[in-house]
Amino acid sequence: MNMDPDPAVPIVQIIDVHKSFGLLEVLRGIDLTVARGEVVCVLGPSGSGKSTLLRCINHLEQVTSGRVFVDGKLVGYRERNGRLYELGASDLAQQRREIGMVFQRFNLFPHLNVLANIAQAPQLVRKETHEAAHRRARELLDLVGLSDKIEAYPHQLSGGQQQRVAIARALAMQPKLMLFDEPTSALDPELVGEVLAVMRRLAAGGMTMIVVTHEIGFAREVADRVVFMDGGVVVEEGPPAEIFDRPRHERTRSFLKRLL
Amino acid sequence: MSAPRVVPARHWGQWLTAVLLVAFVACLAIAVAGSKNIQWGVIPGYMLDPTILDGIRLTLLFTVLAMAISIVAGVVLAVMRLASNPILSGFSSLYIWFFRGTPLLVQIIFWFNIQLFIPSIQLGAFRIETNSLISAFTAALLALSLNEAAYVAEIVRSGLLAVEHGQKEAAAALGYTPYQAMSRIILPQALRVIVPPIGNQTISMLKTTSLVSVVAAQDLLTRAQNIYARNFLVIELLTVASIWYLAMTTVASIGQSAIERRLGRSTTREPPAWMRAVRRLADAIGRKA
Repeated sequence: MNMDPDPAVPIVQIIDVHKSFGLLEVLRGIDLTVARGEVVCVLGPSGSGKSTLLRCINHLEQVTSGRVFVDGKLVGYRERNGRLYELGASDLAQQRREIGMVFQRFNLFPHLNVLANIAQAPQLVRKETHEAAHRRARELLDLVGLSDKIEAYPHQLSGGQQQRVAIARALAMQPKLMLFDEPTSALDPELVGEVLAVMRRLAAGGMTMIVVTHEIGFAREVADRVVFMDGGVVVEEGPPAEIFDRPRHERTRSFLKRLL
Repeated sequence: MSAPRVVPARHWGQWLTAVLLVAFVACLAIAVAGSKNIQWGVIPGYMLDPTILDGIRLTLLFTVLAMAISIVAGVVLAVMRLASNPILSGFSSLYIWFFRGTPLLVQIIFWFNIQLFIPSIQLGAFRIETNSLISAFTAALLALSLNEAAYVAEIVRSGLLAVEHGQKEAAAALGYTPYQAMSRIILPQALRVIVPPIGNQTISMLKTTSLVSVVAAQDLLTRAQNIYARNFLVIELLTVASIWYLAMTTVASIGQSAIERRLGRSTTREPPAWMRAVRRLADAIGRKA
């Protein structure tokens, strides 16, 4: 069953996605395609729908209409006879393990130590052996520079360290795609750098990443493409140099002006 | 010049109350101990009476079984209560409302007399008299378990709600099924909130089991009553039973604080100094062995 990925198929394809919470329409028709190995940064004012969009990609939010494909597979639904039937819990779980996610508030498991935080999902979900999962967890901790914190519990770590463990935890599932939901927004300013450094290394290693962020410097340096959202639509997208230096839309310009 | 000595405020009112209290308790003790109507001497003899010990065995059995059944049922009820399906959550609410809202004593007597309501149970050709199925023991156990389940359900529910929503999302994003997320991520964290009140419930259950004496379910109190029905040493045997209840609840309290300390391990910032010392000692012994 393990077919080689077809490089022609985009890793993420979002087609006309709408999402409403009650009467509030948060996403109003989003189209976005992400290629394999691409790093896409999503920017926009708060309330623009960028986090909601990210959460639709792994079906943490159900879309109201439209389709999300990851690796050519429709996310969250089975299409039959012109209807979208929501997938059952185990099919959903199957899809989600291909997609890593890093949260703003880290969401580490407080009752497990660092090693178990990383190694539990591969053992439980991917049925890896204890040895394999722990070996890989140690390698990943090395990658994020926290080899000395294996036995620590989350509350004993700084925010930056917790977020780096959270990144290692997501990577342990060997995802095809990593989603970052404002990964540095809850951090003290002096801790932002260490998390961005790990993400930079990940991008350099060829990981496909979609990053919702306010870090203009990171986006400018690492992103292949920047997407600017406002009011539930993609206002404009393009290479960072274009978006930051020659924004075409007034909304983009005023947002960037406020940020800088 | 030397600094003046600090004299804390004296609370004269509190001291006066304390003296009166000691005098009152002393008078009471003298009156009780000196009473000609009570034979204190027989109490030690009855402490290890085989009938009493048998009663203790049954009281412990009721407590353990009722708590075990009610914890399983309570977790199911709590998960149902939080389910999105309105019939599941409605059933759970109704159950909790009913079993918490009627007296346990009534429930015990009801189950004991169930054959008046359902004389026999028929499954196809197989037919059984309810009377032979529901003994005093099963009636008592059913009543204690079903009643307790309602309380446990509310405790478990509050524990589940205390776990941050982000935990469920993190587990889902990693590909955990809802069952895996519940058993490996949510429940273990909820336990920290759930265990202390469940411990209280268990301690309370040790004493609540005495209510089953109304259907003569042969627990500790039933046995004590049986004995004093014959020899009229009412106060003496109630004292024997009380000493045993106190002993059991004391042991249970000690067990409860031990479990709480264990559960708190991953989230308390720093274990107390004495515990770190014990752990270092245990590690050292472990390395040597």
